[in-house]
This record gives sequence, structure tokens and C-alpha cells, in this order.
Amino acid sequence: MSLLEVRGLSRSFGGLKAVDGVSFEAEANRITAVIGPNGAGKTTLFNLIAGSLKPDSGKVAFDGADITGLKPFLVARRGISRTFQAVKLSGGMTVLENVMIGRHGRSRSGFLSGMLGAPWTWAEERSIKAEAMKAIELLGISACAREKTGGLPFGIQRSVELARALASEPKLLLLDEPASGLNNRETRELAELIRRIRDTGIAVLVVEHDMSLVMDISDEVVVLDFGKKIARGTPREVQRDEAVIEIYLGREDGAGASDA
Amino acid sequence: MKRFIPAISVLALAFMLPPLLTALKSAHYMTQLTMSAYYALASLGLCALMGYAGQINMGQAGFFAIGGYASAFISKLELSATAGSGPAKALDALGLLSKGLDSYGNSYLSPSPWLSCIAAVLLAVGVSALIGTPVLRLRGHYLAMATLAFGIVIEKVVRGTTALGGADGLSSVPAFAVLPGLEITGGRAARAANFTVSWVVLAAGLLLLANLVASRSGRALRALHDGEEAADAMGVDTARVKLKVFILGAAFAAVAGVLLTHYNGSIGPGEANFMKSVRYVAIVAVGGMANIAGTLIAALLLNFLSLRGVFGSLDDAVFGLILITVMLIGPSGRAAVSRLRAALSPKAAPSAAAPSPRSAAPSPRAAAPSPGAAAGVAARDAARKGGAS
Repeated sequence: MSLLEVRGLSRSFGGLKAVDGVSFEAEANRITAVIGPNGAGKTTLFNLIAGSLKPDSGKVAFDGADITGLKPFLVARRGISRTFQAVKLSGGMTVLENVMIGRHGRSRSGFLSGMLGAPWTWAEERSIKAEAMKAIELLGISACAREKTGGLPFGIQRSVELARALASEPKLLLLDEPASGLNNRETRELAELIRRIRDTGIAVLVVEHDMSLVMDISDEVVVLDFGKKIARGTPREVQRDEAVIEIYLGREDGAGASDA
Repeated sequence: MKRFIPAISVLALAFMLPPLLTALKSAHYMTQLTMSAYYALASLGLCALMGYAGQINMGQAGFFAIGGYASAFISKLELSATAGSGPAKALDALGLLSKGLDSYGNSYLSPSPWLSCIAAVLLAVGVSALIGTPVLRLRGHYLAMATLAFGIVIEKVVRGTTALGGADGLSSVPAFAVLPGLEITGGRAARAANFTVSWVVLAAGLLLLANLVASRSGRALRALHDGEEAADAMGVDTARVKLKVFILGAAFAAVAGVLLTHYNGSIGPGEANFMKSVRYVAIVAVGGMANIAGTLIAALLLNFLSLRGVFGSLDDAVFGLILITVMLIGPSGRAAVSRLRAALSPKAAPSAAAPSPRSAAPSPRAAAPSPGAAAGVAARDAARKGGAS
């Protein structure tokens, strides 16, 4: 049984079928990429898995349990963490504080005990901070841990978001276009990092436009077009797939795979 | 330990100001400073909700009035007729009944203000939970309107209820003996002690807020203020945290309402007035929203000036003007003004239609070979973007 099983997932907006009967799996220790042209339904698919959208039909099973239509915070607490296409951080909070939010689902201190500053919350607060610092160090951004995220360069903000997602110790990590807005060097570093994350035993599901990145890191690629899955396989298989070449990469211009 | 500075300062002033003001022959200021402290407590409750959770409550005065009226009503209940009953005996055994002779020499038996205070705060907590659960699903203007309507309902109810004194409100509210020999009550003899009590209570409220903001829940609050989607994705139950801070704000207002009512010995429907709610919102806005020290200073200063009659009959107008001014010059206000200016200027239209850097970036589709195909694809992409994002 796979860690994540998506079965016949569909969601329409008005008359438009954004995601149409999509099925696939994601496994621990593997990087699965979802690719497809603009508007193919990739982000919608992510939102359906993460619970920020409810599917019209279909099923999402995670770690042996049905999580279809569960609220996002409950999905998160089961071990699915995500980053966003447009970075969503609290600009007025420091890098450390932002990453500490990632530990929210893994900690327990209540509202009242927090207000009373109860001693039993101190130990948990220390461990939240320690775990957050670990994630910050992993991403190599310790130097700005005490800085507010609002003023940081975009590439670092992306790293902060990734650190926040990792701080929650997810079993499945959803990355929504993690390379967008990054330069070539940053993208190479990101590829290395995503591999390292996979090798710690996390399942990585990534939506990405950067074909070179996808072909470089993915163990498996799922191709969407008009909300439908049109191909699935290793990067090599997908690159040879007629349907993919025709509708995604462009018939005459096979080299399209390397740019984007 | 920067976050404890407001609490420590207020605690220090609670004990330093009475001798100082007495030495300066300004002891009479303590009355208004006592009242200001209680209003400041209600403002701080709203600061937690508005500043940290980013939710508005235009009916904070309603919760203040619920606290004040409930405690006044309960502590004025005459229970002599039920003196022998089981519940009365049980309350008496717990020390929650007060008895004695009233000013006409008749003996009376009433719930003690401790009991009425606890009951009043619990009532406000219950009402806020009941109101907050559905209302906090609303956002922005809708939440503002719903809470505003709640405040109006409370005012009309207390004004229209004979048992609550109608337009006159409740008076002869008994003194609140918080400790043996320490009563919350008006009158010159108790003035300095009451000043100290009110500022100590205020310091306690500041301490609780400082702790909350630095805690796990406080971080969640600040995160959801900046974006509910991200907080949600990190496992924050945003609806629950919002409700809790809404209840917290109501509880602060209710405690303030209870204590000020016993201090004044009376409460009227004016405390539930819409303009009082505007006042709390204006104070939090002037204070800088997510700024405990700012809210504290704004609340103490503006209420003190208002109670000293500095604004005269323009009292409410001053607070309304303050709110408008802050909204216009505050960060979101500045943005709104520039948007408005852009919308009104004829040059604005073309720049609004210019492509954003993201959509200008080459997409795989745009790399399609023939111009005709590219146009078709662009139309297809545009159709998709309408719904799928």
C-alpha cells in the first residue's frame, strides 16, 4: 500500500473540469513530479490533497486512512506539509518564529497555559525552538534566523517556507513550484536539497514548471493536461511518450524539454 | 524580557502614583485614572483580537456591559426569602453570600460580589462563545457589521429591560470586597487603594497578554493574521484559535465592566453604546494594532482626557475622528488611499492592464511553433486560468 493514494479525484469550477478523474500514488523515499501546461490542474490537485479544496468525487488515502475532504489543519497534523506557489510567510515575524509555526501540529501547549506562562509549557517551547533551528540549519539559513522574513531576498524566503514545512516532520512534502523565482544556482541547490529530503525517508510530491529540474530529480512523473492524467512513468519514459511530446513539449520542438 | 515592560511599568505606577499625586496635590486625578485603567483592560482584550488575530469586534462595549450589568444585577438580588434553602446555605458556607443591614436598617442577604463577578464573567464568556462561533466565519466588513449589530442588540436589551433599570441603569451597586479590608468602591477614603487595585488588575491583564503573544497559541494567532491558508497548512485550527481570542477579549471587557461598575456603584446603558465600541476600536488603532504598549498608552491617555472632560461635548466626535484619521494614515489606509487615487486617475487604466512579471514569463505552451497555434493556446490558457487557480 502506498503512502498517498489518489483515486479518481475530480473537481470542477463552473463548467470547467480543473481536475478530472486523476489517480496516482506517491511513495516514501521517492520524488513524484506532477507536470503539465499552465492551468492543467496541478495546483488544484495539490489543494485537493492538502484539503484547501474539497473534491467533487474521488478519494485521497494517506498512510492507510481516508483523508478525503478533511480540513487542511487536520491533513497537516496527519503528516502532510506543503509550500505554496507564491511564498506565504508572516513578514513581520522572524525566520525562527515562522519556522516554529511549522511545529504547531506537533506540539500541545494550550491557549490558557500559554497565557499563564505555565512552567510546563517552557520545555515544549524549548523543543519547538530546537527543532525549528534544526530545519533552519538544514536549509543553510541560520545566519538570518533572527531577521524578519519580510525584508529577505526571495530565494531565502523560499528556503524559510521549506524549513517551516520540514519542521513539521512530514511524511509527505508537497512542493508547489519550488523553483519559480529562483536563479540557476539556487535551482541546482534546490535539486540537491530535495534529493536529501527524499533520502531521509520523506515522500516528495512536486509540481514544477522547470523541466530540467523535474527530469533531473524525479523518480516518477505524472503528466496532466486539461485536468486529466495523460501519462505517467519515469522521466525517460515520459519524455518519449507521444502524447506528452505532442501536447506538452510541442511536436516540432522536442528540445522544449530542456528550457521552460 | 522586553515583553514584560508594560506590565512591570503599570505595576510600579500602581504603587508609586498615589503618594506622588498626593504630594502634588492632584489626588483627585486618581478617580479618572482608576476608570481609565478599567477601560484600558477592555481595550487590551480587543487588541489581542484585532492586533494579533486580525479580526474585528465592533461590539466590545456589549461585553463590557454584560459584565457590568450582570454583576450589578446579581449582587443586588435580595435572597432573604430563600435564606433557609439548601442552595443558599451552600453558598453561605462557601462565603459567597453577603449579609448585613442596608442604609434603612433592614437586614439583607445577597450574593457576594465575588459570586456575581464570577457569574458575570462566565456569562460574557458563554455569550461570546455563542456569538463568536457563527460570526467568526465572516470576514472583514461582514464581521464588523455582525459584531456591531451584536453591540446594538445588547444596548437595546439593557435599555428596554425594566429589571435592569431601563434608561437609568442600575445604581446602589454594592462595594466589592476583593480582600478583607480592601473594597472596590467609590468615595475619597478608598480612592488611593482603588487606584492601586485597578492598576494591579491592568498589570495582570498585560502580563497575561505578554505571555500569550510569546506562546505557541500567540504565534499561531500572528501567523493566521498574516495568512490563514499558511497557518492552516501548518496544523493551526484557525477557527478555534480565533474563537478563543474572541472569548478572551470578551472576558477582559467583562472583568473591566464588573470592576468599574462596583467602583462607580452604578452602570447605565451608555456603557453598551455603539460609540463606546468605536472608542475601543479607535484606541487599539491609535495604539498601533498589534502593539500592547501602544494600546495601553492610548487607552490610559485618551480615556483620562475624556473623563476629565477635555473634549467637552465633542467627546464621541473626537474618537470618531481619531478612528478616521488612523484608518487613513495607517499602513492599510495608505494603501487604500493610493489605490483610490490610482482608480480615479485616468492614467491608471493602462498600467493596471500591463502583464505581471509572472504571466509574462515564457510558458511551455508559449514556446509552441506557429503564431496561430500560440494564439489558440493563449486563449485556452486564459480560459483555464479563470477557474483553475
